[in-house]
Amino acid sequence: MASINQLVAVSLGYVAFLFAIAFFAERAAVRGRGGWLRSPLVYTLSLSIYCTAWTFYGAVGYAARSGMEFVTIYLGPSLVMIGWWWALRKLVRIGRVHRATSVADLISARYGKSNLLASVVTVMAVIGVTPYIALQLQSVTLSLSIFSPPETAGSLNQFQAAFWVAFGLAIFTVLFGTRNLNANERHDGVVIAIAVEAVVKLVALLAVGIFVVWGIAGGIGPMMDRIDSSPIGEWNMDRSRWVALTALSAAAFLALPRMFQVMVVENEDERHLQIASWAFPLYLMLMSLFVVPIAVIGLDLLPAGSNPDLFVLTVPLAEGRVGLATLSFLGGFSSATSMVIVATLALSTMVSNHVVMPVWLNARAEGAQVSGDVRDVVILSRRASILMIIGLGYLYYRFSGGGAALAAIGLISFVGVAQFLPAMFGGIFWRGATRWGALAGLLVGFAVWVFCSLLPSFGPGTVLSVATFDGGLWGLGWLRPQALFGIEGIDPTVHAVVWSLTLNITAFVAVSLVTFPDPLERLQGAQFVNVFDHSTQARGWDAALATSEDLMIMSQRILGADEAQRLFRAEANRQGMPGQLPEPTQGFLQHLERELAASVGAATAHAMISQLVGGASVSVQDLMAVADESAQILEYSNQLEAKSAELTQTAGKLREANEKLTALSVQKDAFLSQISHELRTPMTSIRSFSEILRDTEGLGQVEKTKYASIIHGEAIRLTRLLDDLLDLSVLENGQVNLNLETGKLGDVLEQAVMATQAGPSGALTIRRRHVNEGVMLSTDLDRLSQVFINLISNAQKYCDADAPRLDIDVRDGAGRTEVAFHDNGTPIAAEAHALIFEKFARLNDQDGSGAGLGLAICREIMTRLGGDITYHAEAAGNTFVVHLPAQAA
Amino acid sequence: MTEQGPPPIFLERRSYRRRRMMDALRLLPVVGVLLWLLPMFWPKASDGPAAPAPLAMSDAIVYVFCVWVALIAGGAALWWALRPPNGDGPEDPAREDR
Repeated sequence: MASINQLVAVSLGYVAFLFAIAFFAERAAVRGRGGWLRSPLVYTLSLSIYCTAWTFYGAVGYAARSGMEFVTIYLGPSLVMIGWWWALRKLVRIGRVHRATSVADLISARYGKSNLLASVVTVMAVIGVTPYIALQLQSVTLSLSIFSPPETAGSLNQFQAAFWVAFGLAIFTVLFGTRNLNANERHDGVVIAIAVEAVVKLVALLAVGIFVVWGIAGGIGPMMDRIDSSPIGEWNMDRSRWVALTALSAAAFLALPRMFQVMVVENEDERHLQIASWAFPLYLMLMSLFVVPIAVIGLDLLPAGSNPDLFVLTVPLAEGRVGLATLSFLGGFSSATSMVIVATLALSTMVSNHVVMPVWLNARAEGAQVSGDVRDVVILSRRASILMIIGLGYLYYRFSGGGAALAAIGLISFVGVAQFLPAMFGGIFWRGATRWGALAGLLVGFAVWVFCSLLPSFGPGTVLSVATFDGGLWGLGWLRPQALFGIEGIDPTVHAVVWSLTLNITAFVAVSLVTFPDPLERLQGAQFVNVFDHSTQARGWDAALATSEDLMIMSQRILGADEAQRLFRAEANRQGMPGQLPEPTQGFLQHLERELAASVGAATAHAMISQLVGGASVSVQDLMAVADESAQILEYSNQLEAKSAELTQTAGKLREANEKLTALSVQKDAFLSQISHELRTPMTSIRSFSEILRDTEGLGQVEKTKYASIIHGEAIRLTRLLDDLLDLSVLENGQVNLNLETGKLGDVLEQAVMATQAGPSGALTIRRRHVNEGVMLSTDLDRLSQVFINLISNAQKYCDADAPRLDIDVRDGAGRTEVAFHDNGTPIAAEAHALIFEKFARLNDQDGSGAGLGLAICREIMTRLGGDITYHAEAAGNTFVVHLPAQAA
Repeated sequence: MTEQGPPPIFLERRSYRRRRMMDALRLLPVVGVLLWLLPMFWPKASDGPAAPAPLAMSDAIVYVFCVWVALIAGGAALWWALRPPNGDGPEDPAREDR
């Protein structure tokens, strides 16, 4: 037998080793060489705090009592991990995005950062987990007592031993758990210590198992035979317990505060979860692989009445393997201590953030604007919480006397924390879950748990009277703690699980359905449920009211001066004003709130900032504004685009107009020069001949008459020119009055031909086809006739063929009537086509008789009449086509 | 603001395989639940003398642990197959929700 002193020395050495490892890990992390601390392996091993002393010792005891039932406790978590994609992925993402520090923080953040909810969850967690901590203390002292020689049984004071174990654990947790305030920063020392402990407990249990199977039973085959011939050699599983316990362990795995701590808070990289999804089930499988063999051999070897919870120790001891037994003791010790450390850490964060800090802040009139360093207060409160929780565990152990079987306490605790699950899952999967629903569910579930699971565990006649057990609370038969609603015969644990969770979910859903969440709650709900769609920030602060100085002072108190200054400097750089305090923008306030939340929890951080910023809350209008913002931006950009297109169009039009104006100006200059030229030529000749008549003596009558005729002719030409100009001007200005008449096209043509042939005409032959000339017109016939006359006289003047000929052809079709004037003269040069309808466009200057206004006038007239006149070049000759207005035809 | 067309209906072979493996990953826990529910139907000692002989504990152990190993192997294989091509790329197979 190893002396108890040797064992204590080994334990102390082991503890010193853990302290050293934690210390070096912290130092490596500080120096930035802590990459290996954040490997998936360490993450997986840290999850092993699920396997407490309950697993290490209790599983074997459990198997010795109920066969394979123990395995349900590991099947549930295995399924949760294998199915990480469904729930854990979302939980970890939400925990990281919203920087949740604990289960209570997560639930409170989801339901509108309600501190009431957070404190309820905290109180429930403390009540649910404290017995579990007591259980760990009990297991350590119980295992120590095995080693103490029977004759000196009194030498080991169990309570004293438990006290020193609790004291040591408290020191470790305070030292490594509150080193950095920000709960979102990893506790590298703690994590590496529990990873090492995870390896130790696995190795210890595997060593005992291998020794039992190969050392005692003599191989797998003989072992299986011994199992089958043992008292637990037949399958005798209560079916409802098989299902209920698997489900319960799955639920507890998700909801246990310590599991949340290692799984979500200490998670460094979401990809680690993917590896842990199969690596952790592997760990659990290995942990339970040898449980039944050890139990069977223990039942076989050890005298009846031995405590089966300690077979892991007593079997090696009975075989004289002190070294193995010591290793096994260290395994159990590791299981107990790692659980206590992490559970205490998680609970102390919750107690400090959701109970102590709010109370402390409320107690001080000045609220967040206290003098002094809040950081110290937070750390102090967290340390006090650690001591308080371990102290509570110790007291529970002390007063419960350490009697009940380990597994029973473990299951009771599981049922208690499983009550968080509906609020948690409802919160992350259902947007309709409300704060009051969550509160109702939690309280109902908790009440049922206390009544059906916690209080009955003390046994009839202790807390609950025998009368209550048999006749129900207040004599109401349907309120019996193990037969609610009169349904008897259910296994007590299954009874507690089913009723507490059913009533919890019912209350949660029912109250959620009838209550209405406030805007902040709805916003948080949307962000939690749709965490993969958008990781946008919560909105809530009216930044104008907060001053940067106040925020800086407050942040320094909570985050510490260095951290706060770093944060503010980074923000100032981001805002583009390095060296100054950043503007308290919305985004910055939200960022700051999250940073603070990582230290003091979401609800407290929210409360502190709201004290500085003023009673800022999110109104529905705000939310709608947020939603509208993007729509507005989109609309604005569309408007800009449209405006820009419009401007481009306008600019184009202006350029066009400018070109037109320039062209018009050129045209005007040309017109003026043309007209002065046109006027000067006859004027010059009139002046010259009138001077001759006046000054020359002795002119003969014949000469006088000749010169006077020339003057007369030139005057007539001038008059005609002026008439034409006047006519054109009148037409162009639209001042012309159309004299509408009805007549036959043939008559108009006839009149025009007659008019042109009245004068001293040349030898122009006019050929007309009278086929379509019967068309009746309703238009200004005189003006139309003017156009025809102009065209005919043009042909008379300019047709240079030997036998000049003009074909006048009326085409009538498709509702339009056209009159074509085709001559056989020289075709007009191609470059002149565009000019012939312009004013003063004279093609050949050799003949000065025309002013070049005729065709321009024709076009103006036709435009006025609603028709048109066009020119078509022909192989031989020219064709002018007069398009008569459609309505006139 | 980038306009995105409708997501393509058919995927190239590799993406298709990847999606199906994501489906397998999602189904794995369901398979686990079903397999581990089976022991509910096993005959047990306390069913009474008329019932079939209860299952031997060694068989029960072999079954439960075989399922366990199969689930772990399945999970590990799917993790291996769904790893992003380069070790520390930002790609996360879990993000492919479609």
